[in-house]
Amino acid sequence: MKNNRRTFIKLAAVAAAGLAVAPKAAVASSGGHSPAKVNAKAEHAKQWAMVVDTTKLHSAEEINKLAEICHKTHNVPHIEGKKEVKWLWHDTYAHTFPEQENPHLAEEVHHRDYMLLCNHCENPSCVRVCPTKATFKRADGIVAMDYHRCIGCRYCMAACPYGSRSFNWGEPRHGLDLSKLNPEFPTRMRGVVEKCNFCVERLAEGKDPACVEASEGALAFGDLYDPESPVRKVLRERFTIRRKPSVGTEPCVYYII
Amino acid sequence: MRMHYGFPIMAGLVIFIGLLCAPFALGTAVTKEYKQPEVKLPAGEKECVESTQFMRENHMQLLNEWRDYALRDGKRTYVNHQGKEFTISLQRTCMKCHNSKADFCDKCHNDAGVTPYCWDCHIQPEGLK
Ligand code: SF4
Ligand code: SF4
Repeated sequence: MKNNRRTFIKLAAVAAAGLAVAPKAAVASSGGHSPAKVNAKAEHAKQWAMVVDTTKLHSAEEINKLAEICHKTHNVPHIEGKKEVKWLWHDTYAHTFPEQENPHLAEEVHHRDYMLLCNHCENPSCVRVCPTKATFKRADGIVAMDYHRCIGCRYCMAACPYGSRSFNWGEPRHGLDLSKLNPEFPTRMRGVVEKCNFCVERLAEGKDPACVEASEGALAFGDLYDPESPVRKVLRERFTIRRKPSVGTEPCVYYII
Repeated sequence: MRMHYGFPIMAGLVIFIGLLCAPFALGTAVTKEYKQPEVKLPAGEKECVESTQFMRENHMQLLNEWRDYALRDGKRTYVNHQGKEFTISLQRTCMKCHNSKADFCDKCHNDAGVTPYCWDCHIQPEGLK
């Protein structure tokens, strides 16, 4: 017994001394180079952008269908009322383009529903105010969220002029059908902000965003700085507007009216 | 000098020190051998992303780096020490082989008394209940 205690204390002393002088354990990133690289199949761009053709996509049902696909893909919880969480939704002309209203607007345009999502702005105000850099702009222009870092202060929500962000007031998993989850994508937790991610996880595999794929041509997606991209082709040929141009965030979602 | 309340103080001290030493005296804290938890290893796979030893010691650090590579740097392919490539993803790579959180992750985490918050968001292969 006594012996045991002695050896224990001795060993502890040796271990403590050892810890103090032991070289730092080799970790994955040792050797000076990063062992990670971009997927071979990944799509690249300088600034991803989207064009919504509101002459083709303007009914609530059609937009809801896309929202459902987006929300299923990303395990976005369904919560009714003020605490709702949304990545893709729709609203009226007046709410979508408050600066471009006029009293005698073509009735048909006025009565359309407009598909809304995060604009992945070129000059995003949400990124500027985030104190932890949980939301940030990637090299390809996507405004991403690192949910691991979000502390739920909601500055980004206050800063976004488009209401593109949702806060998880409660346990988001309560708003999900647990038998119909997408097991390839995480959920979020209580107390974090979430929003559309332009389907980064799909772009990394060479696929278009889920809503674009399901839109039957009503949505165009591509690199804003590649003159040959589908987005630029549409922008060249059609008249488009953007939401709240005066706030200066340079939204990258364009609307064909 | 006479000590006020000498007896209760001494008695209290004896009991306190006795309790403090009890685990040693009973021989459970020091002499009981620690048994490694028996984790269930994947049936089909022999090799993990890195060697068993490396994973045992560094998986937490590796996962931490994976998270930043994938999410922040947009790099989703990992090249291991042998030059083999893997998709950087907890749910789509790690948990595809280790298809039971209860029989693998939890075994050690419970013994070590750690509760990583990975599962607050990531979905274990067993699904959510
Ligand atoms: S739409 Fe809002 S949330 Fe999205 S990038 Fe622009 S400012 Fe940020
Ligand atoms: S780009 Fe992806 S995440 Fe964004 S609205 Fe479309 S489907 Fe949803």
